[in-house]
Amino acid sequence: MSQFNEETQKEMQTFIEQLRASSQLQQNIANFTNKCWDKCVSGTPSTSFSSSEQGCLANCVERFLDTSVFIVKRIEEQRANRGFT
Amino acid sequence: MQAKKDEMKRELENEIRVQQAQGLLASIDEKCFAKCITKPGTSMSRTEETCLSRCLDRYMEAFDIVSRVYLARIQRERIDRST
Repeated sequence: MSQFNEETQKEMQTFIEQLRASSQLQQNIANFTNKCWDKCVSGTPSTSFSSSEQGCLANCVERFLDTSVFIVKRIEEQRANRGFT
Repeated sequence: MQAKKDEMKRELENEIRVQQAQGLLASIDEKCFAKCITKPGTSMSRTEETCLSRCLDRYMEAFDIVSRVYLARIQRERIDRST
């Protein structure tokens, strides 16, 4: 990228940052689909999802996100507690 | 210069898109193989093919549901934080 001037380098950096963020988002969607498929889709695939499978997939995403929030909170609590003893 | 920049951006975007598509395909292969080819025979049966095409459709549907719910949550949290 040394062939570019400073302004252009900055522009490309911003572009790459945005690309990284959007690809992380896509990566998460793919990852959640993979995990929630295992949890929610049972038996031989049919021509449509049952409403309980649909509900499970939606809940699965929400609870996965809750899980990661909870774990971070828990670790912070433990670290704070250790600070007092 | 501008053309060169645009070309570079397009190449980067394409590269990522191809990688993501390959990753998704690999997941579909894995999940649908597990569901549909329970006892591998000497050739693929009609039943297995039917199962595979339904499985593919359901996987894409699951992907849509997941992205809808996930994006809605991100949106919601963004609004919560800004108020």
